[in-house]
Amino acid sequence: MTISLALMLSLAIPMAGAVLIAFNGKRQNIRESITLVTAVLLFIDVLWILQPFLAGHEMALTLGQVMPGLNIALRIEPLGMMFALIASGLWIVNSIYSIGYMRANNEQNQTRFYVCFAIAIFSAIGIAFAANMFTLFIFYEVLTISTYPLVTHKGNDEARRSGRIYLGLLIGTSIGLQMTAIIWTWLATGTLDFTKGGIINGHVSASVMPILLGLYMFGIGKAALMPFHRWLPAAMVAPTPVSALLHAVAVVKAGVFTVMKVAVYIFGIDTLSKTGASQWLIWVAAFTLVTASVIALTKNNLKARLAYSTISQLAYVTLGAAMATSMGVIGGSMHIAMHAMGKITLFFCAGAIYTAVHKTEISDMDGLGRIMPFTYGAFLIGALSIIGLPPMGGSWSKWYLMMGAADTDQYILIGILMLSSLLNVAYLLPIIGRGFFISNKEFEAQGTGLGSIREAPLFCVIPPMLTAAGCLALFFYADKLYRLLEPMVRP
Amino acid sequence: MISAHLPILQIVVPLLAAPISVFFRRAAIVWYLTLIVSIITLAISITLLAQTLDQGVISYALGNWAAPFGIEYRIDAVNAFVLVIISAIGTIVLPYARVSVANEIEPHNQSLFYTCYLLCFTGLLGMVITGDAFNIFVFLEISSLSTYVLVALGAKQDRRALTASYNYLVMGTIGATFFVIGVGLLYMMTGTLNMADLAQKIPAIGSNRTVVVAFAFIVTGLGLKLAMFPLHLWLPNAYAYAPSAVTVFLAATATKAAAYLLLRFLFTVFGADFPILGPTLTYLLMPLAIIAMFAASTVAIFQVDIKRMLAYSSLGQLGYMVLGISFASVAGLTATIIHLFNHALMKGALFMALGAIVLRLGTASIDSMRGLGRQMPWTMAAFVVGGLSLIGVPLTVGFISKWYLIVAALEAGYWPIAVAIVASSLLAVIYIWRVVEAAYFEEAPEGSNVEEAPLSMLIPTWTLIGANVYFGIDASLTTSVAGQAARILLKVGS
Repeated sequence: MTISLALMLSLAIPMAGAVLIAFNGKRQNIRESITLVTAVLLFIDVLWILQPFLAGHEMALTLGQVMPGLNIALRIEPLGMMFALIASGLWIVNSIYSIGYMRANNEQNQTRFYVCFAIAIFSAIGIAFAANMFTLFIFYEVLTISTYPLVTHKGNDEARRSGRIYLGLLIGTSIGLQMTAIIWTWLATGTLDFTKGGIINGHVSASVMPILLGLYMFGIGKAALMPFHRWLPAAMVAPTPVSALLHAVAVVKAGVFTVMKVAVYIFGIDTLSKTGASQWLIWVAAFTLVTASVIALTKNNLKARLAYSTISQLAYVTLGAAMATSMGVIGGSMHIAMHAMGKITLFFCAGAIYTAVHKTEISDMDGLGRIMPFTYGAFLIGALSIIGLPPMGGSWSKWYLMMGAADTDQYILIGILMLSSLLNVAYLLPIIGRGFFISNKEFEAQGTGLGSIREAPLFCVIPPMLTAAGCLALFFYADKLYRLLEPMVRP
Repeated sequence: MISAHLPILQIVVPLLAAPISVFFRRAAIVWYLTLIVSIITLAISITLLAQTLDQGVISYALGNWAAPFGIEYRIDAVNAFVLVIISAIGTIVLPYARVSVANEIEPHNQSLFYTCYLLCFTGLLGMVITGDAFNIFVFLEISSLSTYVLVALGAKQDRRALTASYNYLVMGTIGATFFVIGVGLLYMMTGTLNMADLAQKIPAIGSNRTVVVAFAFIVTGLGLKLAMFPLHLWLPNAYAYAPSAVTVFLAATATKAAAYLLLRFLFTVFGADFPILGPTLTYLLMPLAIIAMFAASTVAIFQVDIKRMLAYSSLGQLGYMVLGISFASVAGLTATIIHLFNHALMKGALFMALGAIVLRLGTASIDSMRGLGRQMPWTMAAFVVGGLSLIGVPLTVGFISKWYLIVAALEAGYWPIAVAIVASSLLAVIYIWRVVEAAYFEEAPEGSNVEEAPLSMLIPTWTLIGANVYFGIDASLTTSVAGQAARILLKVGS
């Protein structure tokens, strides 16, 4: 009883939040208090779900039937639990940040912004807890539609163009490829339930399995596998809090989360490794991983560089799924959490810089670290976590991925992973180097020493410091995450 | 007592109301009369659907003349469902029509508008309910003639309504003539006009050239009424220049009735065993349907007038229905019948939103819709949701239709067609999003002062939008009725 209630609330809370925000559009303080309260309540609810889940209770809830045999249903499993924790936890931090950012930059249409944000979180939770591919697909599409107004928030020509790419690629791939794959699966197996060990085995012949896998992998456009990655850089036209939560956490992580779900619960890693159906995917992911990093090197706009970095990091997760080994799956899944924490830090910092000094190009940021030491400190920690250096969380996921690569005996993959880490160093650390070591007359004119500190408003500075602390904490508590995820691959 | 006569009341009530309404020259009174009549009609059709789902086929002999000599009204799950679609849309259009008609039609013609509306309503219902082939022709003509008048009433807004109506008159008459020639040939060979009787006698004749010719005439004639590609030329102009309320009504019902007749003749009268049925479906209807899906949607992308754009979109959607028919499987027919209902909901809602825009702006060109997202937020929001449904986004009826259609295509082993279905539905993204971008991303012209549409238009529009979402989330009712109807048509047991 209480379990159904908790599950129901995980969807009801953000939805109720969206409605209440819409009705309080004129009263700024009330509207933003509602956002914060909703975020906190949702996180508490997810923690409430976590307790019985860890105790081993089976948690499931059917919400309704859409077509005969096709239900909207929720069921908690390890990966979804982790995704829900990340999404709801970071929403709190992000709400604080949004308030600071949106007010400081006098953005328009803030009510629409907060409403769409709440709906986006609602769909992210729906994706996380979906019991079958059909439910997941529905929430996946709701997420696409609800984030469109966020991406095009500025309403100018650039926003409109980016919106076209965003919607075109995400709707195009999901309706064109993913839906076809889902219907194919349904016709072949008669079920879409996420089942341990997969449902495909014995229903789809090994010769066409790579095609079905391809329909899924490219159909999940949110995972930004090349060549369907263009929407992610385009989406960077959105206000930074959107880029931070949605394009470092909710949207892109919904993509790779779906990739992982499909690999583990639709195909089953044993089936994948036995038939070799995912071999080609390893190379597509590896290609994306390296190419996106190289492109990131060439970008001078900070958010664009971070976007390409995200594409590359998402490919790590897809790679983990494609390896079809326990270590690959654990590593890839962990990377969802580690990268989320690291990348949101970096985006928060980018937004803080924009709010404080209105700079977007990296070449204009020389010497900025000296006047924004807290922001740059957080940036450094986030960057180290992305690169995968201890003592940051990111080191663990890369560690497990390396072990996964070793398990498949594909040593060239280990080489690629190492190369990619080097590329991460090359495109992230110079930003910090420029910030601290190159002096800049424009900023020095305003004084030296402590008096020269010119940080963004507190609401924009505290969140990145919190998430930076999170990157550190994930290093020390990685075993808890490992134990949460391990049942996924336990035979 | 009365429940035994419901089949005839379904027709007689609106039919008698039409001449009575001529006595009242005040549009307001006629409007009330029409509204009451349509509500009664809706109640009857819902009762009939419940009865058929419960007891199976209802047969009603007109004037107690037993079939096959007398006219028989024969209702099963298939046409009961179509009756509900027609009468529901016919009812919900009326509260909406009041303001729209007052604005778009000459005052002295307004009461006659409702008279013609009632006649058209009667004709459509009659075509669907009757079990007599010649009786279909009679009702077809009643609905067509009144439709020509309804379209021509758009002349106050735009004189081109007259040529559109004339064009439709010529094409529609050819279609009806082809149909009646086909029926005549069948009568020559079998000596009966009762459809159930025809269905029994045609297989006995076997492969006879006259029957094959009759088949060709009937399919072509119905194809014209259905606006099946390439017989669609009358439709875009008729929809574009008709008064808004008429466009809503026609788009949601007229082609649906024709699609029903096609289903009925192909599968009940001629039957799945008819020798040239299979080739006709596979080599004629299927390619034409696929061409329609792409060609019409592509043309829609380039339209400046949004009413015309939606008209072309309808042609594409009719392609989906014909495609479902061409699979000749339970899954395919289920998809078609679901789409009959779902398309009525989405196109009805979209044309209603557009009618509200025409009321405020006097035009439906995309240029005039700039900045409308702020000026008419509720109307434009309805347009967006209706558009999403047309695209086939989950949680809308469009998704259900597309799902069943793809299932049918894959089940029949036509995977390239499944690809074609999704590819063509992406064209809808393009033409819908042009409107969204104009309304939300561009500034309204200087000094424009547009108000939100009146509630009498918004409430029907949002009722249909609500139905779009409701039947998109819980499709168990529509899918089970459609599935049952498909099994009846193909004569397979449940």
